[in-house]
Amino acid sequence: MSLQLITALLGGVTVGSALMVVLSKHPVRSVLYLVLTFFLISSNYILMNAQFIAVVNIIVYAGAIMVLFLFVLMLLNLKKENEPKTSLTIKLVSVISGGILFTVFIAALKDGAVIASSGLLENNNQGLVENLGQLLFTKYVLPFEVSSVLFIASMVGAVMLAKREKQTID
Amino acid sequence: MTLASIFQMGVSIEFYMVLSTLLFCIGAVGVMVRRNAIILLMCIELMLNSVNLLLVAFSTYFGKADGQIFVFFIMVVAAAEATVGLSILVMAYRNLRTTDVGLFNKLNG
Repeated sequence: MSLQLITALLGGVTVGSALMVVLSKHPVRSVLYLVLTFFLISSNYILMNAQFIAVVNIIVYAGAIMVLFLFVLMLLNLKKENEPKTSLTIKLVSVISGGILFTVFIAALKDGAVIASSGLLENNNQGLVENLGQLLFTKYVLPFEVSSVLFIASMVGAVMLAKREKQTID
Repeated sequence: MTLASIFQMGVSIEFYMVLSTLLFCIGAVGVMVRRNAIILLMCIELMLNSVNLLLVAFSTYFGKADGQIFVFFIMVVAAAEATVGLSILVMAYRNLRTTDVGLFNKLNG
């Protein structure tokens, strides 16, 4: 099987499962299709030899974030019958505007000519852990440290928000 | 060990451009169509992931690792955003007993 066929197949399945995220009525089914989409995107990363990003994508997205979504769904106990309905007009308008957005993006990308750089030739190990770690702890060390501050802030924020306040609950 | 890139083996970069644009537009349409706030957050994650896919594709194509570092930071921000967003959602659900974004207009102050 040729490589083009494999990537085309993977891309088709990815788009299909992303569509099912939007189309499926039950939220839990949506979450599971999103996990499938993340796994398929990770397989694309492996094909592109970005092994670190592929593993982190599975661990962080499919492992942590989607489990968080599933837990919240379980806590909220949503029923299929009180799933909010969208009117047909809004559906139609959003699909049309999404199509227009797609056309605009494709037109913009088509005009931007992609020039192959010299880096295309020999070095394909840039996605390995060694190379990425070297770059992360030298050139991008300041954003890396700032992101830890962001994590602390979001953690404190999540705890503060989730704490039940006595006076607001009757 | 040097592995051959898939772009040297005949896969075009335009394929990944179209694929990630398609995923982004599916996410955008999902944000517009669905009214369940959890699915809205999931569609935002889908849009972020489509951008990640294009960044990794160009990073591999040009042989520079900087794009993959940016993907790493996007994942960091997405994780922070998901935690805060979901805790706000749980908070709103406690007060309103719904996750319908159309009914969140009653939150005055």
